[in-house]
Amino acid sequence: MADVTTTTAARAGDEGGMNYLERLPRRVVTVYLPLAIFVFVLLFPFYWMAITTFKPNEELTDYKNYSPFWVVNPTLAHIRYLLFETSYPGWLLNTVIISVAATFLSLLASVFAAYAIERLRFKGSRGVGLAIFLAYLVPPSILFIPLAVMVFKLGLYDTRFALILTYPTFLIPFCTWLLMGYFRSIPYELEECALIDGATRWQILTRIVLPLAVPGLISAGIFAFTLSWNEFIYALTFIQSSENKTVPVGVLTELVRSDVYEWGALMAGALLGSLPVVILYSFFVEHYVSSMTGAVKE
Amino acid sequence: MAGTATIGSTRRSVSLLERLENSRLGLGLLFLLPAAVLLLVFLTYPLGLGVWLGFTDERIGRPGIYIGLENYGFLWHDSVFWLSVFNTVLYTTVASVLKFGLGLWLALLLNERLPFKAFFRAIVLLPWVVPTVLSAIAFWWIYDAQFSILSYVLQKIGLITGPINFLGDPTNARASVIAANVWRGIPFVAITLLAGLQTISPSLYEAATLDGATSWQRFRFVTFPLLTPIIAIVMTFSVLFTFTDFQLIYVLTRGGPVNATHLMATLSFQRGISGGNLGEGAAIAVAMIPFLLAAILFSYFGLQRRRWQQGGRD
Repeated sequence: MADVTTTTAARAGDEGGMNYLERLPRRVVTVYLPLAIFVFVLLFPFYWMAITTFKPNEELTDYKNYSPFWVVNPTLAHIRYLLFETSYPGWLLNTVIISVAATFLSLLASVFAAYAIERLRFKGSRGVGLAIFLAYLVPPSILFIPLAVMVFKLGLYDTRFALILTYPTFLIPFCTWLLMGYFRSIPYELEECALIDGATRWQILTRIVLPLAVPGLISAGIFAFTLSWNEFIYALTFIQSSENKTVPVGVLTELVRSDVYEWGALMAGALLGSLPVVILYSFFVEHYVSSMTGAVKE
Repeated sequence: MAGTATIGSTRRSVSLLERLENSRLGLGLLFLLPAAVLLLVFLTYPLGLGVWLGFTDERIGRPGIYIGLENYGFLWHDSVFWLSVFNTVLYTTVASVLKFGLGLWLALLLNERLPFKAFFRAIVLLPWVVPTVLSAIAFWWIYDAQFSILSYVLQKIGLITGPINFLGDPTNARASVIAANVWRGIPFVAITLLAGLQTISPSLYEAATLDGATSWQRFRFVTFPLLTPIIAIVMTFSVLFTFTDFQLIYVLTRGGPVNATHLMATLSFQRGISGGNLGEGAAIAVAMIPFLLAAILFSYFGLQRRRWQQGGRD
């Protein structure tokens, strides 16, 4: 967080820079127009998702009598169908439980691991740090088959625990890596003072380091929560019964029936499933951006 | 995992808590324990198990026996597998190049002095925040064979006469899934590169301008060299995630039409889980590892001078 604020502050001082050299018409063509196209393309699918959600079925595919870009008689029928006639609320609940549990578990493990690697500096901590980095590069696509075998043998197949225990495989490396960066920014002197005053390592961690690393914890937590919410391949492989599915899997496997696609319900499902992460994101944009860029920035 | 391998020697048995308090190694290993256990059990072990499964004929519901390289031998003569390798390389190359080009462009645009800059940055990131499967379902509807909004608009303008068969034709399907992947990947590239751009001091541009540099030269000789380390990291990740992509294809085409969009990950799922042939699926997944290793080695050696991977500072 610290470096983000300093860079923005530094930029504020240089606001303007050489921009006065450019004239408005030129800026419209080189900056505003391309930016507008980018924003339009990046946002259009969401608009389309939302507008389809509220379209009654007769308007949905009737492009002759209704403009497809607008909705004449908005309806909540699709959302009502989703909430009362499908298992959608259950999927939402599952996703929340699984994401929160996996995030909490990962954060807990990551805080200790990051502190140990970054601050205890025991023999071999560098190697462990490198191992954590490499673990982050192992994609779920090559783990899901052996994990499916394991999950089955452990008797976790088709339970939420299967996902709560496997999500940390990609969350812990990420969170540890991120928190290592935050711990690094906390001055050693603070810890040394505490050590001289007779504090134990545990007290240093809980009373000094963690309070100072709260922005990092929030960033890592938000990001981990979003990653678990978005996870698909494990949830698709390890869960079979409808009542244990997560939103992405449920929408794709249960709402798509035969050849007749109920686009209204599908889009409503996609919209409602996206809203929680989008709302969370809108509250913590800065944390989110800093955790994403923290990975690549010193 | 070299460091964590010594976890067995953790001196937890030491009865005196104080001795543990003073031993940095002991305390360090104790602190590492939760993360190490989770990662060793659910990441390192499955990685090994996956390699082992690739040498067996295990099926769902039936334990397998060691069959040596039979799975790989079969895949070697399997044209669908080679098609999926080709598709994966094509998909990764084209999508990564587009994501890099467009992402860098967007980052440069967002680095300009703009009103509501923070707002723009926030909404630009949305495609990356929303669950891939859910946005892919929106793309599925946008790519609908009959009621595609794209076809409708193009017909209105008069560019085409009939609706485009986005996902039914091999070439179109490939282009469509790549477009959806690029759509989702641009924000990540743009926002991370933007963070890199913001660390470049404006005085460098002023100095270059005074020396008579054109805007292209300022980009080529100031921006680009200073951005290279971040570009390398971002693109390594981007390539890695594109190469192992699964969700988008699974939602949009399931590998069809006629396997034209099958990636190695989706083929592995189809053979391993849907088809129940765990050994063969694992073998396909293992075949992805050399490509991934190449990307990781590139990241490691290409970025040797930035030692952040090891938790050190520059």
